[in-house]
Amino acid sequence: MDQLSQLQTGISILEITYIIASVLFIFGLKMLSHPLTARRGNTLAAIGMGMAIIATILFHHKDGKPIGNVGLILVAIGIGSIIGWVIAKRVKMTAMPQLVSFFNGMGGAAAALISMMEFPHVSPDLIAKSGMANGHVLAILLGLMIGTVSWAGSMIAFGKLDGRIGDLRIKALKYVNLTILAVLISLIVYIMTRHVQASSELTPLIYIMFIIAVIYGVMFVMPIGGADMPVVISLLNSFTGVAAAMGGFLYNNQAMLTGGILVGSAGTILTILMCRAMNRSLLNVIVGVFGGGGQTNMAVTGSVKEISISDAAVLLSYSKKVVIVPGYGLAVAQAQHICHELDKLLEEKGVEVKYAIHPVAGRMPGHMNVLLAEADVPYEQLIESDEINPDLPNTDVLVVIGANDVINPAAEDDPSSPIYGMPIIKARDAKNIIVMKRGMGKGYAAIENMLFYNDKTRMLFGDAKSTLQTLVNEVKSL
Amino acid sequence: MGNILGFFLLHREAVFIVILSIFLGIEVISHVPAILHTPLMSGANAIHGVVIIGAIIVMGHAETTGAMILGFLAVVLGTLNVVGGFVVTDRMLEMFKRKKQ
Repeated sequence: MDQLSQLQTGISILEITYIIASVLFIFGLKMLSHPLTARRGNTLAAIGMGMAIIATILFHHKDGKPIGNVGLILVAIGIGSIIGWVIAKRVKMTAMPQLVSFFNGMGGAAAALISMMEFPHVSPDLIAKSGMANGHVLAILLGLMIGTVSWAGSMIAFGKLDGRIGDLRIKALKYVNLTILAVLISLIVYIMTRHVQASSELTPLIYIMFIIAVIYGVMFVMPIGGADMPVVISLLNSFTGVAAAMGGFLYNNQAMLTGGILVGSAGTILTILMCRAMNRSLLNVIVGVFGGGGQTNMAVTGSVKEISISDAAVLLSYSKKVVIVPGYGLAVAQAQHICHELDKLLEEKGVEVKYAIHPVAGRMPGHMNVLLAEADVPYEQLIESDEINPDLPNTDVLVVIGANDVINPAAEDDPSSPIYGMPIIKARDAKNIIVMKRGMGKGYAAIENMLFYNDKTRMLFGDAKSTLQTLVNEVKSL
Repeated sequence: MGNILGFFLLHREAVFIVILSIFLGIEVISHVPAILHTPLMSGANAIHGVVIIGAIIVMGHAETTGAMILGFLAVVLGTLNVVGGFVVTDRMLEMFKRKKQ
Protein backbone atom coordinates (compact mmCIF):
# COMPACT_ATOMS: atom_id res chain seq x y z
CA MET A 1 0.00 0.00 0.00
CA ASP A 2 1.50 3.36 -0.91
CA GLN A 3 1.69 6.19 1.58
CA LEU A 4 -1.22 8.20 0.24
CA SER A 5 -3.77 5.42 0.41
CA GLN A 6 -2.44 4.44 3.81
CA LEU A 7 -3.14 7.97 4.94
CA GLN A 8 -6.60 7.79 3.50
CA THR A 9 -7.33 4.48 5.20
CA GLY A 10 -6.28 6.04 8.48
CA ILE A 11 -8.56 9.03 7.99
CA SER A 12 -11.47 6.76 7.06
CA ILE A 13 -10.97 4.66 10.18
CA LEU A 14 -10.83 7.86 12.23
CA GLU A 15 -14.06 9.22 10.78
CA ILE A 16 -15.85 5.88 11.23
CA THR A 17 -14.66 5.77 14.82
CA TYR A 18 -16.04 9.25 15.37
CA ILE A 19 -19.41 8.17 14.03
CA ILE A 20 -19.44 5.14 16.31
CA ALA A 21 -18.38 7.32 19.24
CA SER A 22 -21.19 9.79 18.52
CA VAL A 23 -23.75 6.99 18.39
CA LEU A 24 -22.41 5.62 21.68
CA PHE A 25 -22.73 9.08 23.27
CA ILE A 26 -26.35 9.27 22.15
CA PHE A 27 -27.18 5.77 23.36
CA GLY A 28 -25.28 6.40 26.58
CA LEU A 29 -27.24 9.54 27.33
CA LYS A 30 -30.51 7.86 26.46
CA MET A 31 -29.77 4.92 28.75
CA LEU A 32 -28.62 7.27 31.51
CA SER A 33 -32.13 8.63 31.72
CA HIS A 34 -33.64 5.27 32.76
CA PRO A 35 -32.90 3.78 36.20
CA LEU A 36 -32.34 0.24 34.97
CA THR A 37 -30.01 1.00 32.09
CA ALA A 38 -28.23 4.03 33.53
CA ARG A 39 -25.04 2.33 34.55
CA ARG A 40 -24.61 0.54 31.26
CA GLY A 41 -25.29 3.83 29.48
CA ASN A 42 -22.45 5.47 31.34
CA THR A 43 -20.09 2.63 30.44
CA LEU A 44 -21.15 2.81 26.81
CA ALA A 45 -20.43 6.53 26.61
CA ALA A 46 -17.06 5.93 28.25
CA ILE A 47 -16.21 3.28 25.66
CA GLY A 48 -17.12 5.73 22.90
CA MET A 49 -14.84 8.32 24.45
CA GLY A 50 -11.97 5.87 24.74
CA MET A 51 -12.34 4.85 21.09
CA ALA A 52 -12.38 8.46 19.94
CA ILE A 53 -9.26 9.30 21.95
CA ILE A 54 -7.26 6.30 20.75
CA ALA A 55 -8.28 6.80 17.12
CA THR A 56 -7.33 10.48 17.28
CA ILE A 57 -3.84 9.70 18.55
CA LEU A 58 -3.34 6.96 15.95
CA PHE A 59 -4.93 8.38 12.83
CA HIS A 60 -5.37 12.13 13.08
CA HIS A 61 -3.52 14.13 10.43
CA LYS A 62 -3.18 17.85 9.96
CA ASP A 63 -1.81 18.97 6.58
CA GLY A 64 -0.51 15.43 6.05
CA LYS A 65 1.33 15.39 9.38
CA PRO A 66 0.40 12.79 12.01
CA ILE A 67 0.03 13.57 15.72
CA GLY A 68 3.44 14.25 17.26
CA ASN A 69 4.61 14.28 20.85
CA VAL A 70 2.73 11.01 21.37
CA GLY A 71 4.87 10.06 24.36
CA LEU A 72 4.11 13.28 26.18
CA ILE A 73 0.43 13.10 25.27
CA LEU A 74 0.24 9.66 26.85
CA VAL A 75 2.01 11.00 29.94
CA ALA A 76 -0.54 13.83 30.16
CA ILE A 77 -3.42 11.39 29.78
CA GLY A 78 -1.83 9.15 32.41
CA ILE A 79 -1.50 12.01 34.89
CA GLY A 80 -5.07 13.19 34.26
CA SER A 81 -6.43 9.66 34.57
CA ILE A 82 -4.71 8.93 37.86
CA ILE A 83 -5.73 12.23 39.46
CA GLY A 84 -9.28 11.99 38.11
CA TRP A 85 -9.66 8.38 39.19
CA VAL A 86 -8.34 8.93 42.69
CA ILE A 87 -10.47 12.03 43.32
CA ALA A 88 -13.59 10.38 41.91
CA LYS A 89 -13.10 7.23 43.99
CA ARG A 90 -12.16 8.94 47.23
CA VAL A 91 -14.61 11.78 47.46
CA LYS A 92 -17.53 11.43 49.84
CA MET A 93 -20.97 11.05 48.32
CA THR A 94 -22.06 14.23 50.08
CA ALA A 95 -19.43 16.19 48.17
CA MET A 96 -20.70 14.93 44.82
CA PRO A 97 -22.17 18.22 43.58
CA GLN A 98 -18.98 20.21 44.00
CA LEU A 99 -17.02 17.41 42.38
CA VAL A 100 -19.18 17.49 39.26
CA SER A 101 -18.67 21.24 39.24
CA PHE A 102 -14.91 20.80 39.54
CA PHE A 103 -14.68 18.32 36.65
CA ASN A 104 -16.91 20.56 34.59
CA GLY A 105 -14.52 23.44 35.19
CA MET A 106 -11.60 21.32 33.97
CA GLY A 107 -13.39 20.70 30.67
CA GLY A 108 -14.11 24.40 30.28
CA ALA A 109 -10.48 25.27 30.96
CA ALA A 110 -9.32 22.75 28.36
CA ALA A 111 -11.64 24.31 25.78
CA ALA A 112 -10.37 27.80 26.61
CA LEU A 113 -6.73 26.68 26.32
CA ILE A 114 -7.38 25.16 22.91
CA SER A 115 -8.85 28.43 21.67
CA MET A 116 -5.93 30.42 23.04
CA MET A 117 -3.45 28.21 21.25
CA GLU A 118 -5.32 28.09 17.97
CA PHE A 119 -5.96 31.82 17.68
CA PRO A 120 -2.49 32.85 16.48
CA HIS A 121 -2.55 30.07 13.87
CA VAL A 122 -5.61 30.95 11.84
CA SER A 123 -4.65 30.24 8.23
CA PRO A 124 -3.37 33.42 6.50
CA ASP A 125 -5.14 32.30 3.29
CA LEU A 126 -8.45 32.36 5.09
CA ILE A 127 -7.75 35.83 6.48
CA ALA A 128 -6.67 37.08 3.04
CA LYS A 129 -9.88 35.74 1.56
CA SER A 130 -12.53 36.69 4.07
CA GLY A 131 -10.76 38.83 6.68
CA MET A 132 -11.08 38.07 10.37
CA ALA A 133 -14.86 37.81 10.08
CA ASN A 134 -14.98 34.08 9.41
CA GLY A 135 -16.47 31.07 11.15
CA HIS A 136 -13.08 29.81 12.23
CA VAL A 137 -12.27 32.94 14.21
CA LEU A 138 -15.78 33.08 15.63
CA ALA A 139 -15.53 29.48 16.84
CA ILE A 140 -12.20 30.24 18.50
CA LEU A 141 -13.47 33.37 20.22
CA LEU A 142 -16.72 31.79 21.40
CA GLY A 143 -14.84 28.69 22.58
CA LEU A 144 -12.53 30.92 24.59
CA MET A 145 -15.30 33.00 26.07
CA ILE A 146 -17.70 30.19 26.95
CA GLY A 147 -14.98 27.82 28.11
CA THR A 148 -13.43 30.45 30.37
CA VAL A 149 -16.77 31.55 31.86
CA SER A 150 -17.60 27.90 32.51
CA TRP A 151 -14.26 27.30 34.19
CA ALA A 152 -14.29 30.40 36.38
CA GLY A 153 -17.98 29.94 37.23
CA SER A 154 -17.53 26.26 38.07
CA MET A 155 -14.66 27.02 40.39
CA ILE A 156 -16.77 29.57 42.27
CA ALA A 157 -19.69 27.11 42.40
CA PHE A 158 -17.27 24.50 43.71
CA GLY A 159 -16.03 26.90 46.38
CA LYS A 160 -19.55 27.82 47.43
CA LEU A 161 -20.77 24.24 47.74
CA ASP A 162 -17.64 23.36 49.63
CA GLY A 163 -18.33 26.20 52.02
CA ARG A 164 -15.15 28.07 51.09
CA ILE A 165 -16.83 31.03 49.42
CA GLY A 166 -19.83 32.96 50.69
CA ASP A 167 -22.52 34.71 48.70
CA LEU A 168 -22.03 38.23 47.47
CA ARG A 169 -25.35 39.99 47.28
CA ILE A 170 -25.32 43.42 45.75
CA LYS A 171 -28.32 44.47 43.72
CA ALA A 172 -26.17 46.49 41.28
CA LEU A 173 -24.19 43.38 40.38
CA LYS A 174 -26.85 42.52 37.83
CA TYR A 175 -26.01 45.65 35.84
CA VAL A 176 -22.29 45.21 36.30
CA ASN A 177 -22.61 41.72 34.86
CA LEU A 178 -24.63 42.86 31.89
CA THR A 179 -21.97 45.49 31.20
CA ILE A 180 -19.16 42.94 31.34
CA LEU A 181 -21.09 40.68 29.00
CA ALA A 182 -21.58 43.58 26.59
CA VAL A 183 -17.83 44.32 26.73
CA LEU A 184 -17.05 40.68 25.91
CA ILE A 185 -19.35 40.67 22.91
CA SER A 186 -18.00 44.00 21.65
CA LEU A 187 -14.51 42.60 21.97
CA ILE A 188 -15.49 39.69 19.73
CA VAL A 189 -16.96 42.10 17.18
CA TYR A 190 -13.87 44.31 17.43
CA ILE A 191 -11.47 41.43 16.82
CA MET A 192 -13.51 40.12 13.91
CA THR A 193 -13.67 43.47 12.14
CA ARG A 194 -9.92 44.18 12.26
CA HIS A 195 -7.97 44.18 9.01
CA VAL A 196 -4.78 42.29 9.58
CA GLN A 197 -2.40 40.04 7.69
CA ALA A 198 -2.10 37.47 10.42
CA SER A 199 -4.28 36.73 13.42
CA SER A 200 -1.22 36.64 15.67
CA GLU A 201 -1.11 40.45 15.51
CA LEU A 202 -4.22 40.45 17.67
CA THR A 203 -3.04 37.88 20.21
CA PRO A 204 -2.82 40.37 23.14
CA LEU A 205 -6.54 41.00 22.73
CA ILE A 206 -7.16 37.31 23.31
CA TYR A 207 -5.51 37.51 26.71
CA ILE A 208 -7.55 40.58 27.61
CA MET A 209 -10.64 38.69 26.58
CA PHE A 210 -9.61 35.75 28.73
CA ILE A 211 -9.22 37.98 31.77
CA ILE A 212 -12.58 39.68 31.25
CA ALA A 213 -14.24 36.27 30.76
CA VAL A 214 -12.75 35.08 34.07
CA ILE A 215 -14.16 38.16 35.79
CA TYR A 216 -17.53 37.54 34.19
CA GLY A 217 -17.58 33.88 35.24
CA VAL A 218 -16.82 34.84 38.83
CA MET A 219 -19.33 37.70 38.96
CA PHE A 220 -21.99 35.58 37.29
CA VAL A 221 -21.96 32.93 40.00
CA MET A 222 -21.06 35.08 43.03
CA PRO A 223 -24.54 36.52 43.70
CA ILE A 224 -26.43 33.28 43.15
CA GLY A 225 -27.57 31.71 46.39
CA GLY A 226 -26.31 28.34 47.52
CA ALA A 227 -29.67 26.63 47.07
CA ASP A 228 -29.65 27.47 43.39
CA MET A 229 -26.16 26.12 42.86
CA PRO A 230 -27.30 22.81 41.27
CA VAL A 231 -29.10 24.76 38.58
CA VAL A 232 -26.00 26.85 37.98
CA ILE A 233 -23.78 23.78 37.74
CA SER A 234 -26.16 22.23 35.24
CA LEU A 235 -26.14 25.44 33.24
CA LEU A 236 -22.35 25.69 33.29
CA ASN A 237 -22.28 22.03 32.28
CA SER A 238 -24.18 22.85 29.13
CA PHE A 239 -21.88 25.86 28.57
CA THR A 240 -18.87 23.55 28.55
CA GLY A 241 -20.72 21.36 26.07
CA VAL A 242 -21.09 24.31 23.73
CA ALA A 243 -17.44 25.27 24.23
CA ALA A 244 -16.42 21.72 23.28
CA ALA A 245 -18.65 21.93 20.21
CA MET A 246 -16.81 25.10 19.17
CA GLY A 247 -13.65 22.99 19.11
CA GLY A 248 -15.50 20.53 16.87
CA PHE A 249 -16.33 23.38 14.53
CA LEU A 250 -12.71 24.49 14.55
CA TYR A 251 -11.25 21.12 13.66
CA ASN A 252 -14.21 19.98 11.61
CA ASN A 253 -14.39 17.17 14.13
CA GLN A 254 -17.74 15.41 14.22
CA ALA A 255 -17.24 13.63 17.54
CA MET A 256 -16.54 16.90 19.34
CA LEU A 257 -19.41 18.59 17.55
CA THR A 258 -22.08 15.99 18.34
CA GLY A 259 -20.79 15.28 21.84
CA GLY A 260 -20.60 18.97 22.70
CA ILE A 261 -23.93 20.05 21.25
CA LEU A 262 -25.67 17.00 22.70
CA VAL A 263 -24.50 17.94 26.18
CA GLY A 264 -25.25 21.58 25.46
CA SER A 265 -28.89 20.92 24.62
CA ALA A 266 -29.47 18.06 27.06
CA GLY A 267 -27.83 20.18 29.77
CA THR A 268 -30.10 23.11 29.01
CA ILE A 269 -33.19 20.91 29.23
CA LEU A 270 -31.93 19.37 32.45
CA THR A 271 -31.38 22.88 33.83
CA ILE A 272 -34.96 23.79 32.99
CA LEU A 273 -36.27 20.54 34.53
CA MET A 274 -34.38 21.29 37.72
CA CYS A 275 -35.76 24.82 37.80
CA ARG A 276 -39.23 23.38 37.41
CA ALA A 277 -38.64 20.98 40.33
CA MET A 278 -37.91 24.02 42.47
CA ASN A 279 -40.64 26.09 40.88
CA ARG A 280 -38.19 28.75 39.73
CA SER A 281 -37.63 30.23 36.33
CA LEU A 282 -34.17 30.10 34.85
CA LEU A 283 -34.15 33.86 34.42
CA ASN A 284 -34.96 34.24 38.10
CA VAL A 285 -32.08 32.04 39.07
CA ILE A 286 -29.64 34.00 36.97
CA VAL A 287 -30.66 37.58 37.69
CA GLY A 288 -32.75 37.14 40.82
CA VAL A 289 -31.44 37.01 44.33
CA PHE A 290 -32.39 33.75 45.94
CA GLY A 291 -31.88 32.89 49.54
CA GLY A 292 -31.49 36.57 50.25
CA GLY A 293 -31.47 38.15 53.68
CA GLY A 294 -34.64 36.30 54.63
CA GLN A 295 -36.76 39.41 55.00
CA THR A 296 -40.22 38.21 55.81
CA ASN A 297 -43.57 39.69 56.67
CA MET A 298 -44.43 36.83 58.94
CA ALA A 299 -43.99 37.46 62.62
CA VAL A 300 -42.63 34.60 64.65
CA THR A 301 -45.39 33.31 66.92
CA GLY A 302 -45.29 30.47 69.37
CA SER A 303 -42.21 29.01 70.94
CA VAL A 304 -39.79 26.24 70.29
CA LYS A 305 -40.51 23.09 72.30
CA GLU A 306 -37.98 20.36 72.88
CA ILE A 307 -38.54 16.65 73.36
CA SER A 308 -36.37 14.17 75.22
CA ILE A 309 -34.89 11.25 73.38
CA SER A 310 -36.79 8.70 75.48
CA ASP A 311 -40.09 10.45 74.78
CA ALA A 312 -39.25 10.49 71.09
CA ALA A 313 -38.46 6.77 71.20
CA VAL A 314 -41.82 6.00 72.83
CA LEU A 315 -43.68 8.20 70.40
CA LEU A 316 -42.04 6.52 67.41
CA SER A 317 -42.40 2.96 68.70
CA TYR A 318 -46.12 3.26 69.31
CA SER A 319 -46.95 4.93 66.02
CA LYS A 320 -48.56 3.19 63.10
CA LYS A 321 -47.09 5.35 60.41
CA VAL A 322 -43.82 7.23 60.43
CA VAL A 323 -42.44 9.39 57.64
CA ILE A 324 -38.80 10.44 57.65
CA VAL A 325 -37.80 13.59 55.81
CA PRO A 326 -34.04 13.41 55.25
CA GLY A 327 -32.06 16.51 54.38
CA TYR A 328 -28.52 17.51 53.74
CA GLY A 329 -27.86 17.64 57.49
CA LEU A 330 -28.38 13.88 57.62
CA ALA A 331 -25.87 13.39 54.86
CA VAL A 332 -23.28 15.73 56.33
CA ALA A 333 -23.42 13.88 59.62
CA GLN A 334 -23.00 10.62 57.63
CA ALA A 335 -26.09 9.43 59.48
CA GLN A 336 -27.85 7.66 56.62
CA HIS A 337 -26.76 4.20 57.81
CA ILE A 338 -27.90 4.69 61.38
CA CYS A 339 -31.09 6.22 60.07
CA HIS A 340 -31.75 3.06 58.09
CA GLU A 341 -31.08 1.05 61.25
CA LEU A 342 -33.77 3.06 63.04
CA ASP A 343 -36.28 2.47 60.30
CA LYS A 344 -35.59 -1.29 60.27
CA LEU A 345 -36.01 -1.38 64.04
CA LEU A 346 -39.34 0.42 63.83
CA GLU A 347 -40.53 -1.83 61.03
CA GLU A 348 -39.79 -4.85 63.21
CA LYS A 349 -42.11 -3.31 65.78
CA GLY A 350 -44.81 -3.10 63.12
CA VAL A 351 -44.44 0.59 62.35
CA GLU A 352 -44.77 1.52 58.70
CA VAL A 353 -41.78 3.71 57.77
CA LYS A 354 -41.45 5.72 54.59
CA TYR A 355 -38.98 8.34 53.42
CA ALA A 356 -40.31 11.52 51.88
CA ILE A 357 -37.86 12.68 49.25
CA HIS A 358 -38.10 16.22 48.03
CA PRO A 359 -36.82 16.64 44.45
CA VAL A 360 -34.08 18.98 45.61
CA ALA A 361 -33.29 17.35 48.95
CA GLY A 362 -29.57 17.34 49.49
CA ARG A 363 -27.64 19.67 47.31
CA MET A 364 -28.82 18.51 43.90
CA PRO A 365 -31.93 16.89 42.45
CA GLY A 366 -31.63 13.19 43.09
CA HIS A 367 -28.74 13.65 45.50
CA MET A 368 -30.69 12.28 48.47
CA ASN A 369 -31.64 9.14 46.55
CA VAL A 370 -27.96 8.48 45.91
CA LEU A 371 -27.12 9.01 49.57
CA LEU A 372 -29.89 6.74 50.87
CA ALA A 373 -29.05 4.13 48.26
CA GLU A 374 -25.55 4.15 49.71
CA ALA A 375 -27.10 3.09 53.02
CA ASP A 376 -29.11 0.28 51.35
CA VAL A 377 -32.50 1.85 52.01
CA PRO A 378 -34.87 -0.06 49.70
CA TYR A 379 -36.12 1.76 46.66
CA GLU A 380 -39.78 1.17 47.56
CA GLN A 381 -39.47 3.10 50.80
CA LEU A 382 -38.50 6.33 49.04
CA ILE A 383 -41.57 8.33 48.13
CA GLU A 384 -41.53 11.57 46.18
CA SER A 385 -43.04 14.57 47.90
CA ASP A 386 -46.04 14.90 45.56
CA GLU A 387 -47.03 11.34 46.31
CA ILE A 388 -46.57 11.44 50.05
CA ASN A 389 -48.26 14.79 50.73
CA PRO A 390 -51.87 13.47 50.56
CA ASP A 391 -50.83 10.73 53.00
CA LEU A 392 -49.38 13.04 55.64
CA PRO A 393 -52.60 13.78 57.57
CA ASN A 394 -52.68 10.02 58.39
CA THR A 395 -49.08 10.04 59.48
CA ASP A 396 -48.52 9.73 63.21
CA VAL A 397 -45.00 11.08 63.36
CA LEU A 398 -43.02 12.95 60.76
CA VAL A 399 -39.33 12.98 61.55
CA VAL A 400 -37.29 15.72 59.94
CA ILE A 401 -33.58 14.96 59.96
CA GLY A 402 -31.36 17.81 58.88
CA ALA A 403 -33.84 19.18 56.35
CA ASN A 404 -35.13 22.70 56.50
CA ASP A 405 -36.09 24.60 53.36
CA VAL A 406 -38.00 21.69 51.78
CA ILE A 407 -40.45 21.62 54.70
CA ASN A 408 -40.69 25.37 55.23
CA PRO A 409 -44.36 26.41 55.16
CA ALA A 410 -43.25 29.89 54.05
CA ALA A 411 -43.27 28.42 50.56
CA GLU A 412 -47.07 28.29 50.89
CA ASP A 413 -47.86 31.14 53.28
CA ASP A 414 -45.51 33.99 52.67
CA PRO A 415 -45.55 35.63 49.24
CA SER A 416 -42.55 37.75 50.18
CA SER A 417 -40.41 34.70 50.92
CA PRO A 418 -37.73 33.88 48.38
CA ILE A 419 -38.92 30.27 48.31
CA TYR A 420 -42.59 31.18 47.89
CA GLY A 421 -44.18 28.82 45.38
CA MET A 422 -41.59 26.08 45.74
CA PRO A 423 -43.35 22.70 46.17
CA ILE A 424 -42.67 21.47 49.69
CA ILE A 425 -43.30 18.44 51.83
CA LYS A 426 -46.36 19.52 53.81
CA ALA A 427 -44.89 18.54 57.14
CA ARG A 428 -47.42 20.43 59.28
CA ASP A 429 -50.21 18.12 58.05
CA ALA A 430 -48.74 15.26 60.09
CA LYS A 431 -50.11 14.55 63.55
CA ASN A 432 -46.75 14.97 65.27
CA ILE A 433 -43.51 16.43 64.03
CA ILE A 434 -40.05 15.78 65.41
CA VAL A 435 -37.29 17.96 64.02
CA MET A 436 -33.69 16.86 64.49
CA LYS A 437 -31.36 19.77 64.10
CA ARG A 438 -27.95 20.87 65.25
CA GLY A 439 -29.28 24.17 66.53
CA MET A 440 -31.68 26.90 65.61
CA GLY A 441 -29.63 27.84 62.55
CA LYS A 442 -31.40 28.58 59.33
CA GLY A 443 -31.37 26.38 56.26
CA TYR A 444 -29.30 26.79 53.14
CA ALA A 445 -31.64 29.45 51.84
CA ALA A 446 -31.25 31.34 55.14
CA ILE A 447 -34.97 31.74 55.77
CA GLU A 448 -36.79 31.51 59.10
CA ASN A 449 -38.83 28.31 59.37
CA MET A 450 -42.22 28.70 61.05
CA LEU A 451 -42.63 24.93 61.28
CA PHE A 452 -40.26 24.89 64.25
CA TYR A 453 -42.69 27.08 66.18
CA ASN A 454 -45.73 24.95 65.34
CA ASP A 455 -47.69 23.49 68.26
CA LYS A 456 -47.26 19.98 66.90
CA THR A 457 -43.50 20.32 66.52
CA ARG A 458 -40.94 19.03 69.00
CA MET A 459 -37.27 19.75 68.53
CA LEU A 460 -34.47 17.28 69.14
CA PHE A 461 -31.23 19.24 69.10
CA GLY A 462 -27.86 17.68 68.46
CA ASP A 463 -25.70 16.06 65.83
CA ALA A 464 -27.90 13.86 63.64
CA LYS A 465 -25.68 10.81 63.91
CA SER A 466 -25.24 10.70 67.68
CA THR A 467 -28.88 11.66 68.28
CA LEU A 468 -30.05 8.85 66.00
CA GLN A 469 -27.66 6.44 67.70
CA THR A 470 -29.10 7.21 71.15
CA LEU A 471 -32.57 7.04 69.70
CA VAL A 472 -31.87 3.58 68.26
CA ASN A 473 -30.56 2.34 71.62
CA GLU A 474 -33.57 3.85 73.33
CA VAL A 475 -36.03 2.17 70.94
CA LYS A 476 -34.21 -1.16 71.35
CA SER A 477 -34.54 -1.03 75.12
CA LEU A 478 -38.28 -0.40 75.05
CA MET B 1 -25.19 39.62 4.13
CA GLY B 2 -22.90 37.97 1.60
CA ASN B 3 -20.62 37.08 4.45
CA ILE B 4 -23.38 35.35 6.35
CA LEU B 5 -24.54 33.36 3.33
CA GLY B 6 -20.99 32.39 2.46
CA PHE B 7 -20.44 31.35 6.06
CA PHE B 8 -23.51 29.16 5.96
CA LEU B 9 -22.55 27.55 2.68
CA LEU B 10 -19.06 26.80 3.91
CA HIS B 11 -20.25 25.21 7.12
CA ARG B 12 -23.60 23.79 6.09
CA GLU B 13 -22.76 20.28 7.27
CA ALA B 14 -21.74 21.49 10.68
CA VAL B 15 -24.88 23.62 10.91
CA PHE B 16 -26.94 20.53 10.06
CA ILE B 17 -25.25 18.45 12.73
CA VAL B 18 -25.68 21.23 15.29
CA ILE B 19 -29.39 21.61 14.66
CA LEU B 20 -30.11 17.88 14.62
CA SER B 21 -28.01 17.35 17.74
CA ILE B 22 -29.94 20.03 19.60
CA PHE B 23 -33.22 18.23 18.90
CA LEU B 24 -31.65 14.91 19.74
CA GLY B 25 -30.33 16.18 23.06
CA ILE B 26 -33.75 17.49 24.02
CA GLU B 27 -35.54 14.33 22.90
CA VAL B 28 -33.13 11.92 24.54
CA ILE B 29 -33.43 13.21 28.09
CA SER B 30 -36.80 14.91 28.26
CA HIS B 31 -38.44 12.11 30.29
CA VAL B 32 -35.78 11.61 32.90
CA PRO B 33 -37.08 11.03 36.46
CA ALA B 34 -35.85 13.43 39.14
CA ILE B 35 -33.85 10.74 40.93
CA LEU B 36 -31.57 10.48 37.92
CA HIS B 37 -30.92 14.20 37.56
CA THR B 38 -27.66 14.09 39.45
CA PRO B 39 -26.16 11.04 37.70
CA LEU B 40 -27.36 12.31 34.33
CA MET B 41 -25.75 15.68 34.88
CA SER B 42 -22.58 13.94 35.91
CA GLY B 43 -22.68 11.64 32.88
CA ALA B 44 -23.29 14.53 30.48
CA ASN B 45 -20.44 16.30 32.22
CA ALA B 46 -18.15 13.41 31.33
CA ILE B 47 -19.30 13.40 27.71
CA HIS B 48 -18.33 17.01 27.08
CA GLY B 49 -14.89 15.91 28.10
CA VAL B 50 -14.72 15.03 24.41
CA VAL B 51 -12.94 18.38 24.27
CA ILE B 52 -9.86 16.29 25.06
CA ILE B 53 -9.72 15.36 21.38
CA GLY B 54 -9.10 19.01 20.56
CA ALA B 55 -6.45 19.14 23.26
CA ILE B 56 -4.71 16.10 21.77
CA ILE B 57 -4.77 17.67 18.30
CA VAL B 58 -3.33 20.94 19.60
CA MET B 59 -0.60 19.20 21.54
CA GLY B 60 0.13 16.81 18.69
CA HIS B 61 0.89 19.69 16.37
CA ALA B 62 2.51 22.04 18.88
CA GLU B 63 5.70 23.61 17.56
CA THR B 64 6.89 25.88 20.36
CA THR B 65 7.64 24.97 23.96
CA GLY B 66 4.97 27.38 25.15
CA ALA B 67 2.32 25.68 23.04
CA MET B 68 3.60 22.33 24.28
CA ILE B 69 3.16 23.32 27.92
CA LEU B 70 -0.33 24.73 27.38
CA GLY B 71 -1.24 21.69 25.27
CA PHE B 72 0.01 19.38 27.98
CA LEU B 73 -2.09 21.23 30.52
CA ALA B 74 -5.15 21.05 28.26
CA VAL B 75 -4.76 17.28 27.83
CA VAL B 76 -4.37 16.76 31.58
CA LEU B 77 -7.45 18.87 32.35
CA GLY B 78 -9.46 17.22 29.59
CA THR B 79 -8.55 13.76 30.90
CA LEU B 80 -9.53 14.81 34.41
CA ASN B 81 -12.93 15.77 33.04
CA VAL B 82 -13.37 12.50 31.14
CA VAL B 83 -12.01 9.98 33.64
CA GLY B 84 -13.27 11.73 36.77
CA GLY B 85 -16.67 12.28 35.20
CA PHE B 86 -17.24 8.69 34.12
CA VAL B 87 -15.83 7.15 37.29
CA VAL B 88 -17.90 9.33 39.60
CA THR B 89 -21.07 8.68 37.59
CA ASP B 90 -20.42 4.97 37.78
CA ARG B 91 -19.95 5.22 41.52
CA MET B 92 -23.29 6.93 41.93
CA LEU B 93 -25.12 4.45 39.72
CA GLU B 94 -23.48 1.48 41.38
CA MET B 95 -25.42 2.37 44.51
CA PHE B 96 -28.72 2.40 42.73
CA LYS B 97 -27.95 -1.07 41.54
CA ARG B 98 -26.94 -2.65 44.79
CA LYS B 99 -30.19 -2.07 46.61
CA LYS B 100 -32.22 -3.64 43.81
CA GLN B 101 -30.90 -7.07 44.71
